[in-house]
Amino acid sequence: MSHSGNWEVVIGLEVHVQLATQSKIFSGTSTQTGDDPNRHASLIDLGMPGTLPVVNREAIRNAIRFGLAVNADIARRSVFERKNYFYPDLPKGYQTTQLAEPIVGAGEVEIQLESGDKKLVRIHHAHLEEDAGKSLHEDFHGQTGIDLNRAGTPLIEIVSEPDMSGAEEAVAFARKLHSIVTSLGICDGDMSQGNMRFDVNISVRRPGEPLGTRTETKNLNSFRFMEKAIALEVARQIDVLEDGGEIVQETRLYNGETNTARSMRTKEDANDYRYFPCPDLLPVMVSEEDIQTLRDELPELPDARKARYIEQYQLSAYDADLLSGSIATARYFETAAEHGGDAKLAANWVMGELAAKLNAEDKDIADSPVSAEHLGELIQRLKDGTISSKIAKQVFEACWNGDGSPDRIIEAQGLKQMSDSGELEKIVDQVIADSPAQVEDYRNSDDAKRKKKIGFFVGQVMKATQGKANPQQVNQLLQQKL
Amino acid sequence: MHDKTLTELKAGLQAGDFSSRELTEHFLERIKRHDGELNSFITVTEEQALRQADAADQAIAAGDHRLLTGLPIAHKDIFCTEGVRTSCGSRMLDNFIAPYTATAVEKMAAEGAVMLGKTNMDEFAMGSSNETSFYGPVKNPWDTERVPGGSSGGAAAGLAARLAPGATGTDTGGSIRQPAALNGVTGLKPTYGRVSRWGMIAFASSLDQAGPLGLSAADCALMLQAMAGHDEKDSTCLNEPVDDYLGALDQSVDGLKIGVPEEFFPDNLDGAIADNAREAMRELEKQGAKLVKLSLPSIKLSVPAYYVIAPAEASSNLSRFDGVRFGYRCEDPKDLEDLYKRSRSEGFGAEVKRRILVGTYALSAGYYDAYYKRAQKVRRLIRDDFSRAFKDVDVIMGPTSPETAFKLGAKADDPVNMYMADVFTIAVNLAGLPALSMPSGFINGLPAGTQVIGNYFQEGRILNVAHRYQMATDWHQQAPGGFA
Repeated sequence: MSHSGNWEVVIGLEVHVQLATQSKIFSGTSTQTGDDPNRHASLIDLGMPGTLPVVNREAIRNAIRFGLAVNADIARRSVFERKNYFYPDLPKGYQTTQLAEPIVGAGEVEIQLESGDKKLVRIHHAHLEEDAGKSLHEDFHGQTGIDLNRAGTPLIEIVSEPDMSGAEEAVAFARKLHSIVTSLGICDGDMSQGNMRFDVNISVRRPGEPLGTRTETKNLNSFRFMEKAIALEVARQIDVLEDGGEIVQETRLYNGETNTARSMRTKEDANDYRYFPCPDLLPVMVSEEDIQTLRDELPELPDARKARYIEQYQLSAYDADLLSGSIATARYFETAAEHGGDAKLAANWVMGELAAKLNAEDKDIADSPVSAEHLGELIQRLKDGTISSKIAKQVFEACWNGDGSPDRIIEAQGLKQMSDSGELEKIVDQVIADSPAQVEDYRNSDDAKRKKKIGFFVGQVMKATQGKANPQQVNQLLQQKL
Repeated sequence: MHDKTLTELKAGLQAGDFSSRELTEHFLERIKRHDGELNSFITVTEEQALRQADAADQAIAAGDHRLLTGLPIAHKDIFCTEGVRTSCGSRMLDNFIAPYTATAVEKMAAEGAVMLGKTNMDEFAMGSSNETSFYGPVKNPWDTERVPGGSSGGAAAGLAARLAPGATGTDTGGSIRQPAALNGVTGLKPTYGRVSRWGMIAFASSLDQAGPLGLSAADCALMLQAMAGHDEKDSTCLNEPVDDYLGALDQSVDGLKIGVPEEFFPDNLDGAIADNAREAMRELEKQGAKLVKLSLPSIKLSVPAYYVIAPAEASSNLSRFDGVRFGYRCEDPKDLEDLYKRSRSEGFGAEVKRRILVGTYALSAGYYDAYYKRAQKVRRLIRDDFSRAFKDVDVIMGPTSPETAFKLGAKADDPVNMYMADVFTIAVNLAGLPALSMPSGFINGLPAGTQVIGNYFQEGRILNVAHRYQMATDWHQQAPGGFA
C-alpha cells in the first residue's frame, strides 16, 4: 500500500546489555553458559528462604565504564529496587533493578549516517539489574522446565530518548552501542545468544503534530532484523492510521524468519510492579576517586579510534567509521594493516573482499577463515609485486577455503608473477605475431585510442601466462614492441 | 540443673560437675515431659543434640572451652538449619528441609552450642500471640490458658518453663521483647545490622533482627557475644567491632541518665503496668541513676508507619513462596495461575494473607506515595526523636508491653487491637536501635517486663543496666509452677 503525505517516524531504544562479569550480580555464582540446566543455580539464585544478595562490585564498575563512555552523569548514590511480579523463571517473585535512582544518568552518543551527516542521540539513563532464568517448554510432556543458570546475570538496561527518525538511525545507534560496550570489554556483544537485546519503541505522526501512540517491538537479535522490524511496524502503523484506525499501545514480538510481528500484550495487561527500594541492599555509593580511576583506565573508544584512523591512515570518515565501528573489525583491520604494511590496502580488503565473503556466508569477522595475519601476508605479496591483484583474489579464495597461508598457496599453486623478463618477452612477441590485424589497427591509432587498444594485448598476455605476469611490466614491454 | 542460668551451667560444665550429654539429656527429657502441654517446640533435634553434646564433652576434655561449649540452645524455627525442617510456623514450609544454616546459628555452633530443636512461632513471625502458627498456639507456662506473646512465643515460653536454658529469637516489631515480658524472661533485640540476617527467613527485611532470650541479662550477653559480628553474606550487617558484653556487665550505674519518655506512660495506660515500670526505674535510681523526663513526639505514629512498612516488605519477601521450587504446592494444578493461587492460599494462614494484602495495597501505583513513602518519612522522624534524646540520656526506659499475657483467642477477631499493643516496641525497630526487656515483677500473678533502650551499638550498656537491676532483684529468678 502506498502512503499518502508525509509521516514522521519517532524511535527510541531500550537496550539490554549482558555484562561479561565472571559471577552473577548478587550471588557470586558463575555466569558460565552452555552447561546443563541449573548447574549454576546457587541458594541465592534459587531464591531460597533466608538468602540475601550481595552486589558484585565489578558489575557496578562496568556500568560506570559505560556511563563514562557516553559522557553520562554517574550517580554518586544509586538505589536497587524490587520490581514485583510472578513468573516461574523469576525465583524471588521480584527482579532487583533500579528505577528512581539509576547508576548512569543522562548521556549521549554520536552516530554516523551514510549521507556523511552525524547525529547526537541522547541517552535518558542506564541502570543495573539482574536477568531472569529461562522457561523451557519443550521435552517436558506438557509441563514447563525452569533453567536458572541465567537468573541473576548482570545486565545494564540503556534507555535512549526518542531521538531516532527511522531504521537507519536506530540501527546506527544500536551498532554504536554495540561498538562501545564491546570496546569497553564489558559485554561480548553476541546478539545471537541474547547477550545484547534491543527493544524498539516506535510511533509515527504527521509533521508538527504531538507524539503518536507508541508500540514496543521485542526480540530483535540482529541488526538486520531490527531494520526489517522497524520498516514493518512503521508501515503497519501508517496503514492503520490512514485507514482511520488507532494505534494500540502494546508490546509486539518480531519473528525474523517470517518477517512478521504479533501483539504480545497490550497496556491493559500491564502489571503493577509495586517498585520499592530493596531493603536487603544498601544504596550503591561511588566516590570521585572510583570514577577517576575508571576514567583513567578506559580503553580507546570508537570515536577516538575513528579519529585516529582518519588521521593515521587517511581514511574517509565513513570508511573510518565502518572499520572502527566494531572492536572485532577494528582489531582485524589493525592487525592486517600492521602485517601487510599498508593501511589503505588493508582497509579496502577488509571492507571489500572480506566483508562480501563474510556477508555471503553470514559469518562474524571474529570467525573469519582468513585470519588478519594471513590477509596481512597477502597484502605484503601484493605490495612487493609477488602477485597481481587478480591473483590476490584467487589466493584469498584459497585461503578462505583452508588451503593454508597465502605464501604456501602462492608457492604450491605456482602463482608467483613472472619475474623472468626474457620469458615474458617471448610471450609478448608471440602475441604480437599472432594478431597482425590488431597490431595494424593499434599502430594507426592516436595516443588516446592506443591507451584503450593496448588492453587487448595485455589481456592476451595475461591469458597466456595464466595471470602470473606483472601487468605493469607487460604494458611496458608491449609499448616498446608495438 | 534446669533452674540454673546459662552462665551457671557454663561454670558447671567447666568444673566437670556434669557433662554436656547429661545436661542435654536432662533438657530433652523435660521437653518430652512438658512440651505436650506448652507446644513450644515445632521440632526437637534429639539425635543431633546428643551428637553435638558428645562433641562438646570431648572438646571440654581436651581443654577447648568456648563461649557456649556444651550449652543447649533452642533456635526459633525461622532460622534455617541444614538438614532440619525449617517451617517458619507455616504450612508453606512444613516440608522444607533447609539446605544450609543461618549465620547466627552457625556462629553459636562454632562456639560449641548444642541445638535442642526449633521453637514454635507465629507464622512467618507475623503475630504477637503465637496463635497464628500452623503448629497450633503456644501456651504461657504462667497460665496455660493465656498466650505467650509473639512471635518468638515458643522461645520465651520454653525458656520460662526451663525446657531450654537459652534461646534465639527474632524481633521485627517486638517479637523478642514482648514474649520475654509476657513470660518473665530477658530478651534482647540488638542494633539493626549487629547480627547477620543470612539464613533467617525474612519477614520485613529492614526491621528484622535476631537476638537472644535468656534467664538473665548475663545469659543474653553470653549468647550475643557469640551471635554478633560482621557477615559478608548480609550487606546490611554492619562491620563494627563486637564489644565485650560480658566484661561490661558489672559496671556501676551511678550517674547513669535514664530517659523517661512521656509517650511511654500515656493517660490510658493500665496503672499497674505504669507502676511496674516506674518501680523498676526507682530501683536503678537507688543505685545512683538519674531519671530525665523527655518526649519522643513522633513515636505515636509508629504503629501506623510500621503496619505499612512491615507488610509492604513482607508482601515482596513472601513472593518467593510460589509452589515452584520449594515449600507447599497444591495438588494437581490446572495451570500456572492455579498453581500460584492455590499453593499460596492453601499454604499461608489468615494473618499472613492479611499482611500480604495490606502490603500489596500500600505499594500499589497511586498509593505508594500516600502510604509507603509517608511511612518512611515517619520513620526518619522517629529516628531523629531518638537521636535527639540520646544526646541527653544514656538509656531510655518504659514498659515493654501495655498489658500482661491475655487469654488465648481473646483478640482473635480484632487484629487492630493486637497491633496497637506493639506500641512500645515498634518504634525501636523503626529506628534500628537496640533494646531489651527484663522481668520487673508480677501483676495478678502474670509477669511484667520493663524495656531498656540504648543508642546504636550500645548493647553492652543496656545489658549492664539490666544486669545491675537483676543483681538487686529476683524477678528473673522466678519460675512458673507446674514444670518441675
